[in-house]
Amino acid sequence: MDNCKITVHNFNFYYGGVKVLKNISMEIPENRVTGIIGPSGCGKSTFLRSINRMNDTILGARAEGRIVIDGRNIYDDDIDVVGVRRKVGMVFQKSNPFPKSIFENVAYGLRINGEKDRYRIEEAVEKSLKDAALWDEVKDRLNKNAFELSGGQQQRLCIARALAVEPEILLMDEPASALDPTATLKIEELIQELKKKYTIVIVTHNMQQAARISDFTAFFMLGELIEYNITSIIFTKPSRKITEDYITGRFG
Amino acid sequence: MAYSRIKENTIHGLFFFNGVLVIVVLVGIFVLLITKSMPAFKEISLLHFLFSFKWNPTASFVEPSYGIWSMIVSTFMVSIGALFIALPLGVGTAAYLSDVASYRVREIFKPLVEILAGIPSVVIGFLGIVLVGPVIAKIFRLSNGLNALNGAILLAIMALPTIISLSEEALKGVPKSFEEASLALGATKWQTLTRVKIPAALSGIIAASMLGMGRAIGETMTVLMATGCALAMPKSFLDSVQTMTATIAIELGEVPYDTTHYYALFAIGLVLFIITFVINMISDIILHKYQRVIK
Amino acid sequence: MKRGQLAEAIGFIFLKLCVGAVLLALVIILYDIVSKGIGSINWEFLTTMPKNGMTEGGILPAIIGTFLVTIITAILAVPLGMGCAIYLNEYAKDNLLNRIIRMSIRNLSGVPSIVYGLFGVILFVQLMRFGTCVLSAGLTLGLMTLPWTITASEEALKNVPKSYREGALALGATKWQSIRTNVLPYAVPGMLTGTILGLSRAAGETAPILFTGVAFFLPFLPKSLFSQFMALPYHLYIMSTQHHAISKVRPLAYGTALVLIALIFVMNLFAVVLRYNLRKVKTE
Repeated sequence: MDNCKITVHNFNFYYGGVKVLKNISMEIPENRVTGIIGPSGCGKSTFLRSINRMNDTILGARAEGRIVIDGRNIYDDDIDVVGVRRKVGMVFQKSNPFPKSIFENVAYGLRINGEKDRYRIEEAVEKSLKDAALWDEVKDRLNKNAFELSGGQQQRLCIARALAVEPEILLMDEPASALDPTATLKIEELIQELKKKYTIVIVTHNMQQAARISDFTAFFMLGELIEYNITSIIFTKPSRKITEDYITGRFG
Repeated sequence: MAYSRIKENTIHGLFFFNGVLVIVVLVGIFVLLITKSMPAFKEISLLHFLFSFKWNPTASFVEPSYGIWSMIVSTFMVSIGALFIALPLGVGTAAYLSDVASYRVREIFKPLVEILAGIPSVVIGFLGIVLVGPVIAKIFRLSNGLNALNGAILLAIMALPTIISLSEEALKGVPKSFEEASLALGATKWQTLTRVKIPAALSGIIAASMLGMGRAIGETMTVLMATGCALAMPKSFLDSVQTMTATIAIELGEVPYDTTHYYALFAIGLVLFIITFVINMISDIILHKYQRVIK
Repeated sequence: MKRGQLAEAIGFIFLKLCVGAVLLALVIILYDIVSKGIGSINWEFLTTMPKNGMTEGGILPAIIGTFLVTIITAILAVPLGMGCAIYLNEYAKDNLLNRIIRMSIRNLSGVPSIVYGLFGVILFVQLMRFGTCVLSAGLTLGLMTLPWTITASEEALKNVPKSYREGALALGATKWQSIRTNVLPYAVPGMLTGTILGLSRAAGETAPILFTGVAFFLPFLPKSLFSQFMALPYHLYIMSTQHHAISKVRPLAYGTALVLIALIFVMNLFAVVLRYNLRKVKTE
């Protein structure tokens, strides 16, 4: 297996009193795309949001166990949560550009991290937009409001915004679920490009998409990790019957 | 890093104190009213204070008397009278707006209700003197129209915006499926409104009228100006009355500090505070129960 | 079926009558005040002192007094109201303490205005020894306005989508950074609008200032925050009930009522225009 970036040890998660993630343990490799599939409500989004502690913002949520990134448990009491989120970027299911200009959207993460140098910000914005394959489409209208972009462009803008703070890991929560096929294809191509530099964990509802873009695939059901392996094995020779049933479309 | 965490915690702490301040104000009002009222009860028994209807604190030849029962009765008479007028009008208007009116009519009406809500109580009281009073005097052949009826009409106008907007909200909160089920059974819109929607929204409407009544009980300027201010047990709506709020407003400015009379006025304030507090709590409880049922 | 339709027709007529009655009340109020007040309004009325036992002259000190006291109200109620709303909407968890805070706010908004007046007398006039003055009256009104500004500000904060906060946090913003840079800029227009509406209500209040600083008649303007002052609503009360020549000064009372209503209307209009303009800037 490749170099391991994220290690999850016996991780449990509760909303109120309800256990929504049950004893998850897995290793997520560096510079690879790891896909997470499973029926709705299986806990895949919750799991993803546990990796950058976004679940902290939900009232009544509680985590147990460890998620170790680069040798550091991000659930330690003395961890700097803000630092974790800088290192672990996130792209949401519904693109969520801020009501600012395209430029300011990408610059936002730099500014809150204290970057004041105009030149360096411009440079980083350009680089991030290029990395997100959006630069050519927006370079002439950087001062336009981000809401003027199409849905697919907005989502790539959100990717660019996440890239600008130079994270090491990129979490994507069904990033293409609201997009048309052409825009989806663009995002998928982009993900293949991004994995050279980033470790990517992507939640998807679409099994063909998981088969196309991820190197490893984890199948979640009812809060449990049922099976986790190289994508081709999961999709051709799954070891559990239930995985096969899901993949062949008997339920879900 | 540590610095930024300290900063975050400090900011959080400041906002927390800001939030807690609200409790401090409410408790502060209560505590200060009690401390200022207590001296009065050294000389007046609580029962006499609440249930005697003789208020004559400045009597010089006989024993001064501090009974507020007639004011309590007057206060409730005017407020309940106001509710009697405002409730059908308010709920009717709310029902029209939520179920019959077009989107445009609703959008036009909303700011009009806001304008009505924005008219100061002193202006409403003024109109009670110059407009409503003479009309009442003419209809009932009285020497003047400054009486409980006048106060009730004015307070009804003041309670209308609260009742309209909260009732409209309650009617809108009724799930669409109730309405559709009723219409699908062949009920008319009117039947659906009166037999399904209004009953379903009833607790919201009751809470709205309680809040409206709470406001009416605490209203000062309107009743001070329009009810004639006569300290006696009212026999009908055509009698002049003096509410608790009006008594405080009239007498606090003229009474010497630190006398029993002075403290007794604060005690009236305390009674007012407790009455409105209880009414608010009840409407709060009704509203919360109702929200849970709808969920 | 026929009977049902007849009942419906009658029912709808009843509803329309209700609406008509409410509208009629509003129209009568506004028409009476505007038609009878407009004649008294002129430059002199707005810019001079009352004369001859307030039977002539203007209402300048009342306008200035109301203006000053509303500023004090704003200084107390706006920051505290916004701060409390930020705490409740952004920081507070759903626990007992915060439920008590919310309950307190609802109860504060139901406390009678005259009770605020009593509270102001004890706290500001006596305990803090400010005496009866602009400051005491303004602070009293400020406390009364607080629950309104909190509710309006929280409403504005609720309208900012959750994704703005999450998006900022996911980029490594601290909580306060996400609030300051990505929530408040979009909430402030709504907060201000609601706050100004609350202040306009405070400007028309009489009961809380009765014993905390307002004066019957002053032939001069307040010199400092510790002076007594005249105010429009109280002046209207005096002119319509306490004056020795009530029928003679009725036109002046109408004029005062019109100025008061116009002031409140202008404040409301300002609030709405502000919301409209800031919203336009935001989406540009």
